[in-house]
Amino acid sequence: MFKQTIAVTSMNLRALPQRLGISLVIVIGIAVTVAVLVSVGAMATGFQKTLSNTGRDDRVIVLRGGSEAELSSTISRDNTLTILDAPGVKRDADGKPIGSADMVAIVSLPLKASGSGANVTLRGVGPKMPVLRPEIRIVEGRMFTPALRELIVGRGAVKQFSGLDLGSKVSFRDADWTVVGIFESNGDAHESELMTDIETALSAYRRNLFQSVTVMLESPEAFNAYKDRLTTDPTLGVDVKREPDYYAKQSQGLKKLLDLLSFGVGGIMALGAIFGTLNTMYTAVSSRGVEIATLRAIGFGALPVVVSVFVEALALALIGGALGAIGAWIFFNGNTVNTLGANFTQVVFNLTVSPALLVNGIVWACVIGVIGGLFPAVRAARLPIATALRAG
Amino acid sequence: MNAIVTLQNVTKRYTRGKQTVEVLHGIDLEIAQGDFVALMGPSGSGKTTLLNLIGGLDQPSTGSVAVAGERIDSLSGSRLAKWRARHIGFVFQFYNLMPMLTAQRNVELPLLLTSLSASQRKRNAEAALAVVGLAERARHKPNELSGGQAQRVAIARALVADPTLLVCDEPTGDLDRSTADEILNLLQVLNREHGKTIVMVTHDPKAAEFATHQLHLDKGKLVGTTATSTTAA
Repeated sequence: MFKQTIAVTSMNLRALPQRLGISLVIVIGIAVTVAVLVSVGAMATGFQKTLSNTGRDDRVIVLRGGSEAELSSTISRDNTLTILDAPGVKRDADGKPIGSADMVAIVSLPLKASGSGANVTLRGVGPKMPVLRPEIRIVEGRMFTPALRELIVGRGAVKQFSGLDLGSKVSFRDADWTVVGIFESNGDAHESELMTDIETALSAYRRNLFQSVTVMLESPEAFNAYKDRLTTDPTLGVDVKREPDYYAKQSQGLKKLLDLLSFGVGGIMALGAIFGTLNTMYTAVSSRGVEIATLRAIGFGALPVVVSVFVEALALALIGGALGAIGAWIFFNGNTVNTLGANFTQVVFNLTVSPALLVNGIVWACVIGVIGGLFPAVRAARLPIATALRAG
Repeated sequence: MNAIVTLQNVTKRYTRGKQTVEVLHGIDLEIAQGDFVALMGPSGSGKTTLLNLIGGLDQPSTGSVAVAGERIDSLSGSRLAKWRARHIGFVFQFYNLMPMLTAQRNVELPLLLTSLSASQRKRNAEAALAVVGLAERARHKPNELSGGQAQRVAIARALVADPTLLVCDEPTGDLDRSTADEILNLLQVLNREHGKTIVMVTHDPKAAEFATHQLHLDKGKLVGTTATSTTAA
């Protein structure tokens, strides 16, 4: 039986070039489906990776109670001091708490791609920011000088917005701000931001309220006690979240949308590809009806015929799946895109075609091939030999 | 008479939609070992249906079909396939060779159903091609062969597993007169010198003259049997 199966299958596969046209229909249909699935998945993976990279377990973000994002949160200067001084916050060599009360504002800048304006986050940060966020590294230029209208700009923002190169001047709040440094931050959400000195920012925006306070804890285990202390203080009225939890929540909306795209649009495309494969395999089986009937007349069993048609569909699906996955990887992996994140500002992230996504794409292709090949294979095996021979 | 094929009261009905059509009516037939039988009759007389029943490609609606002493009318599909591999060599009007395989690979196909080694299969295929006079075309593909050569390859394929019976459906129907005669001569040699029992469907009275017996079918009934006194050569 094995020898028969190998023989019939190898004959089938060797005859593929003779059916190049209809074989390509399967390959291209599945390749496009897999490419779409993988690229949508790459968006979800990249966005999640960017936001999940943002934050550490021992860092905590404090917002006004009920605020989902920084922009809708306000914390008074007095309260920021209470939050920073609370027990559990790590202190530096001078005994000062490692934390930063941040001000967040929106600045509209032209996108490089379209020239149209889009929102970017301006973050005013405290003097302890470099200790609080050691992942932020100045890669060009220098750190801003407090009291001067100077900015450091994330690498992602430089890629997406025009006019943010080192030394450029950016105009907002009736003043020119000079870009004095460009920073990287492990590709996290902060890389899409502009940062400046907190007092300079508050002064430019004529504010005396902060949006959030981020502190470093003595250890991740200190979180519950710290949280309890702040949330039970009736004068504060704040929510306390670990950074990873906060940013994971920020990605939930887009994640849901991308999942819907992936399973909705991708599912519909996969269904189309299944019907395409079915149709093509029926045609292939029909065009080889006499060959199949002849083999069965000679004495080949129905099973080798089923397996051979099945393997053909699977082989074409695998080729299509591999092409789609490789295409998605070549064209999309590492591409920088941006989307609306928290604070109604752009979050820049890289599309990430992970090995898991590639495997996923190939698995989808195989499922399409299996379903698309099954019915034609069974039909090929069940067609009465005498009828099939006459049809030739 | 040492009958190798025995049909008793065989009928064959086909149902299409609500209509049932009886193609063969109560056929009784015996074919002796070593016979070369030509099945003749007008179109629609049931020749190919009868041939398919003898070759195990189809099963009768009623009656019995025995070949080489074995009842095949009630075998399951898979057992019938194994039986065909052991007992029947088929020759078709349009050769039915696999276009992607060389002549030798085509001839080897039935041997894949045996336990022979690859080298033995190759030797047997070469021998079968030599019997039909095409040893030198072993590496050619069907599209590189003439119609007569392709049919010789098909005959080699039918022979290679040494079947009990050669079943030929209009083997010369696609060939010109002189090529048809070559093929019929070859079948005659296989019958006379190699002792092969052959059942051949043909429209062509000249082709039928190469057989030892002619069976005439009309409207699904056997209407006459004639022994060919002087067979063509």
